[in-house]
Amino acid sequence: MTTAVSSNTYVSRSSAVAARELGGEMMIMSATDSTLFSLNETATLIWNAADGKTSLRDIVEYKICAEFDVEPEAAYRDAEALVANLAALGILNLSAEPKPARN
Amino acid sequence: MSLITDLNRKALDRGVPLSVHLDVTYRCNERCEHCYLEHDGDGEMSTAEILSTLDQLAAAGVFFLTISGGEPLIRPDIFEIIEYARSLRFNVKLKTNAILIREKEARRLRELNVEQVQISVYSHRAQVHDGISKVPGSLDRTIRGIRLLKAHGIKVTIANVLMRGNMGDAEGVRQLAAEVGAHYTLDPTITPMMNGDASLLRLRISSDSLRTVFNDSTLVGSVEEFCAPPAAIDEDTLEGYPCSAGHTAAYVSPWGDVYPCVQFPMTCGNVREQDFGDIWKNSPQFAEVRGIRGKHLTTCSSCSHLGSCTRCPGLAWMEGNMRGPSTVDCEKSFMRTGIVTANMLARGFSDASAFAEHPQQLRGASRALVQIQPAR
Repeated sequence: MTTAVSSNTYVSRSSAVAARELGGEMMIMSATDSTLFSLNETATLIWNAADGKTSLRDIVEYKICAEFDVEPEAAYRDAEALVANLAALGILNLSAEPKPARN
Repeated sequence: MSLITDLNRKALDRGVPLSVHLDVTYRCNERCEHCYLEHDGDGEMSTAEILSTLDQLAAAGVFFLTISGGEPLIRPDIFEIIEYARSLRFNVKLKTNAILIREKEARRLRELNVEQVQISVYSHRAQVHDGISKVPGSLDRTIRGIRLLKAHGIKVTIANVLMRGNMGDAEGVRQLAAEVGAHYTLDPTITPMMNGDASLLRLRISSDSLRTVFNDSTLVGSVEEFCAPPAAIDEDTLEGYPCSAGHTAAYVSPWGDVYPCVQFPMTCGNVREQDFGDIWKNSPQFAEVRGIRGKHLTTCSSCSHLGSCTRCPGLAWMEGNMRGPSTVDCEKSFMRTGIVTANMLARGFSDASAFAEHPQQLRGASRALVQIQPAR
């Protein structure tokens, strides 16, 4: 089932990729097809915050808007588009519900 | 600029060890006749020490991690090691002979998202392959492992080491790779043992065979391009680095020794005594390797092949001088282009015909090696 992206979506990092930050940008390689991606600074912020427990709205509000001088609504729209794109590439997983906390 | 080129450039500019080759053991269940290792397992790093090393590598910025040996699957904790490496989000490549890969192992490697597995196959004929590995039945077991990995959707590369004993079987191995859906690479690299014993070099292919390989378009792509005369030397070449060893790449042995490369066994530190990042940044040996530019090379800096030669600083070091020629690469440059190298001139070969009459004088004088990087 495909989860539509909204500000209430929860995003988590895919376990099928390798990732390492280099010079403020996240380098990501897919283990399934060896495709290499480079995330810019903003996308790297989202990747690092994508713990599956924080909503995209909170990520944008507390990570993006707190760090960059952007209008919140524009930031939400951009983040939704970016997250949808990264999910389609298998880099992020989407969920309508937060991950359950581990005991 | 491709993303991978950009990635390498950024790593070089920032002094980040992008790639590390970690041998988790030198023990092995094969005894390949060309192997450069002694299969001693005494004192190799414990599970905890290897996991700690992985933490250090991740902290230093390592992205590409090759786990190899010896035979890495001989360690009972290998999947704990791989699982931990993947939890640290390394891109993991595994080198194995696949003898120990059965259904359970193949499935686990898939679950752990190992990016690729590289497996050596010496021949499509059991008699030849098993004769090299010294283990009867090893080809059958290796092929079984490859098929299981492929069935689980894992990318497999068959590495075909080319030497005198299997020179004629390259096409058969290539066809085998195609049949099982594996990528095929040919690697006619024979190096001395890490302890300096050069007796293995008797297995290297002949100069004539080397020339044949260089003129095989199925291996090198465009022969015209591959064998083209070297371009004129420019400032960038003179200021350039020989290779990634010590610049963006390093090696860690089963005992924790850190080298610039598996083929460059110069100890720069040990992770049992010092953090890898500290070794990488502050080792005088790494600093020395990094200080070498094309213009600093003895003999090679005045060679017309400087810009296109595959000179290996590790093999040069094993010949006695990391700034000196790697004679095997001199031979390759000559066999590729027909143009005499500065090292050959220094050794008294005035022209191509002089070398053609006495090729062993070049090889014998310098413990020369054969190392070819075929088309990928």
